[in-house]
Amino acid sequence: MVSSSSNRGEKLPTLKLTVVQYGILLMMLALAGGLWRLQVLGAQNYRQLAEENRVRKEPIMAPRGKLFDRENRLIVDNYPSVTCFLVREQNHHVDADLPLIAQGLNLDLDQLRATLRRYRTSPGYQPIPIKEDITADEQAFIAAHKNELPELETIDVERRLYPRDGFAAHLIGYVGEVSEEDLNNPRFAYYEPGDVVGKAGVEETYDALLRGQDGSRDVIVDSHGREVGYLRTQHAVPGQDLRLTIDNDIQRAAEMALGNAPGAVIVMDPRNGNILAMVSHPSYDPNEFAVKINRADWNKLITDPLHPLMNKAIQDQLAPGSTFKIIMSAAGLEEGVAQNMHVMCNGGADFYGRFFKCDHHHGMLDIHEAIPMSCDTFFYTLAQKLGIDTIAKYAIEFGLSQKTGIDLPNEMSGIMPSTQWELKNFHQRYYPGNTISVGIGQGETQVTPIQLLRALSGLASDGHFVRPRVVDPNNQPTPIPADFQQALLDSFPGSGDKTVPLRPDTWMTITDGMAAATTPGLYHTAEEAHLDGVDFAGKTGTAQVVGGGDTHTKGGAKTPNAWFVGMVPRRNPEMAIVVLQEHGDWGSGSAMIAQRVVIAYVNKQRRLENNVLQQAGTSKPVEVGAVWSDPVSSDPQPSGRKGAIARMATVHAGHFFLDQAPEKPGTETAAPKALASETSALPEWLSESLLRFKENHN
Amino acid sequence: MRRFLSFRDFDWALLGLVLILCVVSVLEIYSTTVHTRFASFESKQVLFIVAGMAGMFILAKVDYHRLLDWSPWAYGVFLVALVAVKVIGHRALGAKRWIAIGPVQFQPSEWVKLVLVLAVARYFANLGGRNLTWSEIFKAFGMVGIPMALVLIQPDLGTTLTYAPILVAGLFLGGISIRQAAILIACGSALIVGVWSSGKVLKPYQKARLTSFINPDNDPRGSGYQIRQSLIAVGDGGIWGKGQSKGSQTQGYFLPIPYTDFIFAAFSEEHGFVGALFVLLLYFFILMRLIQNAQTAADLPGALIIMGIVAVLTFQIAVNVGMVIGFMPVTGIPLPLMSYGGSSVLFTFLALGVAMNVRMRRFVN
Repeated sequence: MVSSSSNRGEKLPTLKLTVVQYGILLMMLALAGGLWRLQVLGAQNYRQLAEENRVRKEPIMAPRGKLFDRENRLIVDNYPSVTCFLVREQNHHVDADLPLIAQGLNLDLDQLRATLRRYRTSPGYQPIPIKEDITADEQAFIAAHKNELPELETIDVERRLYPRDGFAAHLIGYVGEVSEEDLNNPRFAYYEPGDVVGKAGVEETYDALLRGQDGSRDVIVDSHGREVGYLRTQHAVPGQDLRLTIDNDIQRAAEMALGNAPGAVIVMDPRNGNILAMVSHPSYDPNEFAVKINRADWNKLITDPLHPLMNKAIQDQLAPGSTFKIIMSAAGLEEGVAQNMHVMCNGGADFYGRFFKCDHHHGMLDIHEAIPMSCDTFFYTLAQKLGIDTIAKYAIEFGLSQKTGIDLPNEMSGIMPSTQWELKNFHQRYYPGNTISVGIGQGETQVTPIQLLRALSGLASDGHFVRPRVVDPNNQPTPIPADFQQALLDSFPGSGDKTVPLRPDTWMTITDGMAAATTPGLYHTAEEAHLDGVDFAGKTGTAQVVGGGDTHTKGGAKTPNAWFVGMVPRRNPEMAIVVLQEHGDWGSGSAMIAQRVVIAYVNKQRRLENNVLQQAGTSKPVEVGAVWSDPVSSDPQPSGRKGAIARMATVHAGHFFLDQAPEKPGTETAAPKALASETSALPEWLSESLLRFKENHN
Repeated sequence: MRRFLSFRDFDWALLGLVLILCVVSVLEIYSTTVHTRFASFESKQVLFIVAGMAGMFILAKVDYHRLLDWSPWAYGVFLVALVAVKVIGHRALGAKRWIAIGPVQFQPSEWVKLVLVLAVARYFANLGGRNLTWSEIFKAFGMVGIPMALVLIQPDLGTTLTYAPILVAGLFLGGISIRQAAILIACGSALIVGVWSSGKVLKPYQKARLTSFINPDNDPRGSGYQIRQSLIAVGDGGIWGKGQSKGSQTQGYFLPIPYTDFIFAAFSEEHGFVGALFVLLLYFFILMRLIQNAQTAADLPGALIIMGIVAVLTFQIAVNVGMVIGFMPVTGIPLPLMSYGGSSVLFTFLALGVAMNVRMRRFVN
């Protein structure tokens, strides 16, 4: 029906067809050019991109270093846990999966979205931790949804396990996810979002040692994020274990002694600054921080009026009360003023037209009585004689109003008023009348327990002031790198280690006065804390709070803070202790707490010292005589020994005290121990045979 | 007429080139699907090719003048089918493109291409190659525009676009003047700008697909993802390629649908610049061979039919390969003879069958 015949013979114009041919040729050349650009010029670049596509870095978490007490007893451990990660890389529809993920992992959807938003700027290959410490149910959910939710990955991590009851919580601190704020801080330059980092206490200070080095594994994945194989593994380097200076037994005793009252107890070895115990109450359970703490718990902790998160031992700044009289005495004696001072106490005295009260009518007294009786009138008078700037000079010399430099974060520095201080902070002249209150540790003076403890320790140790520390670099399972130690000291500046030359009578008078305080006697403030046979010295403090006056309602907000500082023995002490009870009323109460800790300390010392000899009560150590020669080779086999004796001229002889095994197994274990030897070290084979000898003897 | 017809005049050289391409295609489909749940797609593809060849031979037998005579009827039938798709169609992936006739899924939009080639060839042949009037031009526009509009609302942007070159080729070879062409291009540009900015005709995802090729890095996880992965795959291939079944982009499923729309990217990754150039050359020879057939065609309608087919194939190659190497937006147009898919294979072979048909009758005069 089409008149096909009509146009039969008509042809397409050759020109147009040629145009078409050239058009196609041009197109082909353009496409070939494009291929050239990608495959020849850009090959290297695209090969790398393909590699990045294909290979995913999967972190291998380094287990954090464990914490031990000074006797190598475990305090903070790790436990295996599973963290769920989200891998964004190859998944462009993650947003759609979020409701299902939130439901399966029991997460809040908005919170999950917020988490992802936080990681928006970080590189795509980096997995996002969305839930830590997931339960078995949640693990099952992830396994069951492997195909629908390939972006979910689980990684085994080691998680912190802290003592459950808040034991030494403030000293140990806790770990948590590094915050956005921290990441902007140069100190955290090497951290990435999601990293676990020490947030307080030793965990914070020693984070660089404890954290170790996370490893990684290059995993070959497909576009769904499914693992197809592995390329190479970089193993994690576990964090370094740390031995703390605290002693579990003393820490425990201090925790118990302080009880639930808000306050702090610190026990320190004044010879080296090792903190044997550091308690701050109320405490908290650091395990709540190990997994992300929930908002309600956090709010409860930060709004609690008793400030459970605050380490009162180094952060509480309060008037020292009468404990300041130790510093006053030192200042007075050093200045040569207090030695011959006699003051009449009639329950107080008038200064600058105002009556200043004392607790008792102490009558006529000198410094030897004023310290144990804690006579305010005496120290008012002394303060007036010295003047504020002399007092401040000594107080600052002894470390007040400065950080001690303890290796714990966020130490406070306290306040020591002086004319300069007054001028600088209030732009006015110092009113001399204020000096009188300063003389008994009231007024604007504020100290932290650790400062007070360091000052007392130094005075009792003949002016050898030490820098307190919670990690002793000389007592570590693995040595602490020197540069780390140096950086640590630099980053915690403070009054540090320092020797202040003291007059001998200063040292004697103060320590004797403090020893008298804990000895029964009229008006002796801490006589109830007396311990027979223990050279326990101390000084109480009952520091009135602002607006509190002489109120003595137990536990009320206006009740005075109760202090006690003390040491055993009185001079060159082995242990010094400070007790602070916030609103604890009389300092004599704090002295009782200190007494209980001192008892625990002394008992433990006795037990340690008597580990061997004490057994003499039931069975005396056996004296053993022996003759031996050096083995020829390192081979200590008995068979080789005979030949050795024959060949060797050197024959040793010696006597050994060998204590016997404890009567009741399971109590004190005393390893066989040579007590006295006329020669040097026991050869290995000999100690072995001694062991056998001992077994036979039983 | 009959006595002159012989399969000796069949274009065996063209068929040879096509079959080489088919072998390449089957091997690459095997490579891209072997480790997936789409394994054994290559054998299905072989079946499609065999069926396509059968169709090709059958269609070659029927005189293309008869086909031209039927084309108006077919045109009408398929218009109805396209409407039917919209009304009773089977919805998949957010679009209605198929209607089910018994067990067979039927996608009329592919077939419309062939019908349009014939119908347009017939239309312009009847005009006799003289200068066109505006009304004749508009009739041609209407003829192609109506099915385009029907396919666009399915929505299937890719297939819609493949109809356009049929019209362009028809107009160009059918005798449009330079002045008319210039006016049309001007109007067309204005129309495109208008359509683009009105935001009514194109869906947002279609717009996003059309623009993301310019800078896929702007949105590497969104609409630029496919382009980006495709570029990586092609570039990863380098000069010699990573080897059959060894492309990490292809085997790791980073490359989207590597057996259909992005098969050229997969092939380029595994066989490199050399392999890709080889395929482009095959296409070039096939197209040149077809144009030669158009030159030797016995009459104007025959030549127009072949040139319509050339236009469609060229357009698809340009757009698909262009898309793979980042020159063109992602439009979902398969690469003829390479991409997996029954409709595409069948159309290509039937179109080639019609071209053979014309060639076999080149001496019938």
